Amino acid sequence: MEYLSILFDQIYKILFLLVPVLVSVAMVVWLDRRVWAFVQKRQGPNVVGPFGLLQTIADALKYIFKEIIIPSSSNKVIFILAPIVTMTLALIAWAVIPFSATQVLADINVGILYLFAVSSLGVYGIIMGGWASNSKYPFLGAIRSAAQMVSYEVSIGVIIINVLLCVGSLNLNDIVIAQQNLWFVIPLFPMFVIFFISALAETNRPPFDLPEAEAELVAGYQTEYSGMMYAMFWLGEYANILLMCAMGAILFLGGWLSPLEIYPFTLVPGPVWLVLKILLLFLLFALVKAIVPRYRYDQLMKLGWKVFLPLSLIWVVLTASYLFYFNLLPVN
Amino acid sequence: MIAHSIFFYTFSIIAIISAIMVTVSKNTVHSVFFLILDFISISCLFIMIGAEFLGMIMLIVYVGAVAVLFLFVVMMLNVAQQKNKWFASEASSKHIPVGLIISTIIFVELIIVIGGWKYKPDLFDINNSLELAKVSNTHSLGQILYTDYIHIFQISGMILLVAMIGAIVLTFRKRVGVKTQSYIKQISRERSDGVSVLNVSSNKGVKIDD
Repeated sequence: MEYLSILFDQIYKILFLLVPVLVSVAMVVWLDRRVWAFVQKRQGPNVVGPFGLLQTIADALKYIFKEIIIPSSSNKVIFILAPIVTMTLALIAWAVIPFSATQVLADINVGILYLFAVSSLGVYGIIMGGWASNSKYPFLGAIRSAAQMVSYEVSIGVIIINVLLCVGSLNLNDIVIAQQNLWFVIPLFPMFVIFFISALAETNRPPFDLPEAEAELVAGYQTEYSGMMYAMFWLGEYANILLMCAMGAILFLGGWLSPLEIYPFTLVPGPVWLVLKILLLFLLFALVKAIVPRYRYDQLMKLGWKVFLPLSLIWVVLTASYLFYFNLLPVN
Repeated sequence: MIAHSIFFYTFSIIAIISAIMVTVSKNTVHSVFFLILDFISISCLFIMIGAEFLGMIMLIVYVGAVAVLFLFVVMMLNVAQQKNKWFASEASSKHIPVGLIISTIIFVELIIVIGGWKYKPDLFDINNSLELAKVSNTHSLGQILYTDYIHIFQISGMILLVAMIGAIVLTFRKRVGVKTQSYIKQISRERSDGVSVLNVSSNKGVKIDD
């Protein structure tokens, strides 16, 4: 009985986390399309519901009622597994995101490593989908995206080392608390910029959406997908984008901390601040999509390996030596 | 404890079955996917014994990077057909004794390692590990790795670096006649480099391609 009560308690907590995440993914798709439209002087989705807020839900319903087509020459098991893997990985990472000092599902010691590991597993959904489709365009898209994600992960890893040098702990709550006096975006601003651009590449967002470049590859790895399976890829992608925004907010923008520790700001609870910061980063993601043209693939790889990786490595040396000589290293 | 053992047996059974499937499955890409499943369940086992740092590093390095490259190679070379041909041919029987010898050596080595742990308890310093249990996993690993074993750690890093440079040197070919883009050349190009005004006399024309 004791096990059962623990189980139900955990399931209740997980549902309380996942349902808001899924709803906010739907809202964020709407926001993305609206921002995109406003930049291009269009209206965007504004018919279904107030301001068109229910557009995504209408789209999702449409996808559910559509037929799922599985190509006869595909590898069926892996074909079906691919969108499930993408969606699951995009959702399980939320387990370690701290919404306030106490509101976190799993407050583990290696939280940031867990986030990094899950985001590096995200490439499998894409590779599996591309390979199992047994078709040229999905395969090309999958190979492109695998190369892209692996190369940008390296620089994200090095940027995380920068932050960890200043914190001295892998726990996400410790990382947030370490920014009580100064958000890391100020001393590590170049790293924040590189993190943001790498996050764009990691989530296959424009201007780095080569894996699904419509002009060249139809829709990349998701060409053969239809109905609910396509919708799972699509929602998983947006959940991943939100996750990268949350990671950026926690690493650089002080997570659930309020910007100033004075009276009117301290009234607002921590989760609200975190959500606001995630939304701010997402707004940047959406703006970049609207205003920047797509990169060429060789330039994308060059940017990752020849510019971002050396820059972030140099910054690790700089941060480490600064902390060492001014005796600021967080040693316990 | 019951829940703990249920989880342990689930993960270890998955690990063993997927390890068998890596060698048994006919499709090479499936083998790699089973290898990934094996890595994941082993990292779950690591986390279960409290080595959460090792488990996460296992996920990041092996699943996130190494296995992706495996998949890449297997998918690009399309070895699925070759493997089947190889198994059906006569040549495969020649390799079986070599494989047997290697696997016996690895097996004996594993037995020696485990036996050493079992019968020589001071190899694994219990007092020391209890002291370390107060700090987190990552801290204790770092404290050992960067103090007692710093030279071994650095040397292994250097070996990896040499291997990486060696691989690049071996595969690097300088090809002639390949058009490459130079940003500096593109940006520093001015009107005077590209355009010249000529006085063309009538009925004579001008040679432009020299």
